[in-house]
Amino acid sequence: MNLPIYLDNNATTPMDPRVLEAMLPYFTNKFGNAASRSHAFGWEAEDAVDTAREQIAKLINADPKEIIFTSGATESDNLAIKGIFEMYASKGNHIITAVTEHKAVLDACKHIEHLGGQVTYLPVKNDGLIDLEQLENAITPQTILVAIMYGNNEVGVVQPIKEISQIAHKHGVLFFTDATQAVGKIPVDVIADGIDLLAFTGHKIYGPKGVGVLYVRRKNPRVKVTAQMDGGGHERGMRSGTLNVPGIVGLGKACEICMNEMAAEAERLSQMRNRLENALLQLEEAYVNGNREHRLPHTTNISFKYVEGEGLMMGFNKNIAVSSGSACTSASLEPSYVLKALGLGDDLAHSSIRFGLGRFTTDDQIDFAIEAVTQSVNKLREMSPLWEMYKDGIDLDSIEWAHH
Amino acid sequence: MAYSEKVIDHYNNPKNVGTLDKSQTNVGTGLVGAPECGDVMRLQIQVDEITGTITDAKFKTFGCGSAIASSSLATEWLKGKTVDQALTIDNMDIVEELNLPPVKIHCSVLAEDAIKAAINDYRVKNGLPQLETVAVH
Repeated sequence: MNLPIYLDNNATTPMDPRVLEAMLPYFTNKFGNAASRSHAFGWEAEDAVDTAREQIAKLINADPKEIIFTSGATESDNLAIKGIFEMYASKGNHIITAVTEHKAVLDACKHIEHLGGQVTYLPVKNDGLIDLEQLENAITPQTILVAIMYGNNEVGVVQPIKEISQIAHKHGVLFFTDATQAVGKIPVDVIADGIDLLAFTGHKIYGPKGVGVLYVRRKNPRVKVTAQMDGGGHERGMRSGTLNVPGIVGLGKACEICMNEMAAEAERLSQMRNRLENALLQLEEAYVNGNREHRLPHTTNISFKYVEGEGLMMGFNKNIAVSSGSACTSASLEPSYVLKALGLGDDLAHSSIRFGLGRFTTDDQIDFAIEAVTQSVNKLREMSPLWEMYKDGIDLDSIEWAHH
Repeated sequence: MAYSEKVIDHYNNPKNVGTLDKSQTNVGTGLVGAPECGDVMRLQIQVDEITGTITDAKFKTFGCGSAIASSSLATEWLKGKTVDQALTIDNMDIVEELNLPPVKIHCSVLAEDAIKAAINDYRVKNGLPQLETVAVH
């Protein structure tokens, strides 16, 4: 087996060789600008972009004209939120989102607040799902957008998207979802799900980095966003800039592969994920974070109580790549805001590890990971004063800790 | 962030992991940090009451690799020193020895605190006044 093993597919994915192969000609021979209408080089590029638009649209059941190319999910999130805020200013200035959203959504919302807008940040329940009644109660006549992510990047929890969009639409409010972790992993259908705007990116689905999509609905209702960059008026005036043709071709190919292989792949990944999870839960005081029923097939987030996540990773990060909700490297020492929003104490949040499986994960790798993580947890617990106290029956809450 | 070789070595082969009997009057125990902050260190010293020399030192640490390495190194340095000499161990000595990056300096601070807390515990148990210099971080 080749080491190290990559189990951080929620951060990024390796590019599928089939994607690379599709892209290569567009770096060299087929270099045309898709906006060059006057010659064959431009036509060739435009054709390639059109094909990609179709491949992408098909994966989310959209119309190709509804696909706006961007540089990635962060830009798509920003364009959706800021673009809607500007475009619908005459209708209202209130946006509803949730505390477990990606920073790109949360920080775009913070920006809206600086511009004088109102933002409601919905809490989540202990399983990571939002409360639909709370959502409905938060809607006011000023509300113009509900922005709730499809699947969470840290814990993998999948929100009840259809129900959320129904509530938004009942009140005449648009619905935007950051589906970066969901598209290509589980069925996402903008019509059945009632999605008005949707963001995702190439590099989470075995495509290239630096290319993403904002889906913007054209019918029932016709949605528009105000461009956040001035320029040549590309992408129906919503996103200027010469199209990244090789990237777009790669994203299209990545979507086509997902379309064909997603169902079988989700089944394979969830089986492997469950095997990993169940084996690690054999350890005492290990807990899965977030709802285990409504979640992405390839993600699990586990807290190993009484060991610190970064210290734990050090035990195996030469051989296994994962990430932790602990933030020992940041000056603030603040652990994951997502895990805290799920009601985890800081101690459990510091003890968490996220495993993100992917297309190239094998059973052998899972066996190796189970063994390595189990050994590391046991080793660090032998070294942990908290584990010793727990074993001695001492209530850790009864101790007066000296906080930094 | 990559760890220095010395940190990795202490992490892989920690020195003096364990527990001393804290009910003994010649054992001083320091427990510093907090689970919420992601670091807890327990450092213990055993002192020869006649010579004032630290004859044994043990630690257990909940924390990142740098925290584990800092406490492991501290126990190594403590052994053989007198209690007074031990008080001169400065967190920056640990930073230097382990090549800790700026974001990990708090690990060395915690180790220095743990040393002082253990010495204080020993002093109180033996009827000596508490040190005034123990900083609370």
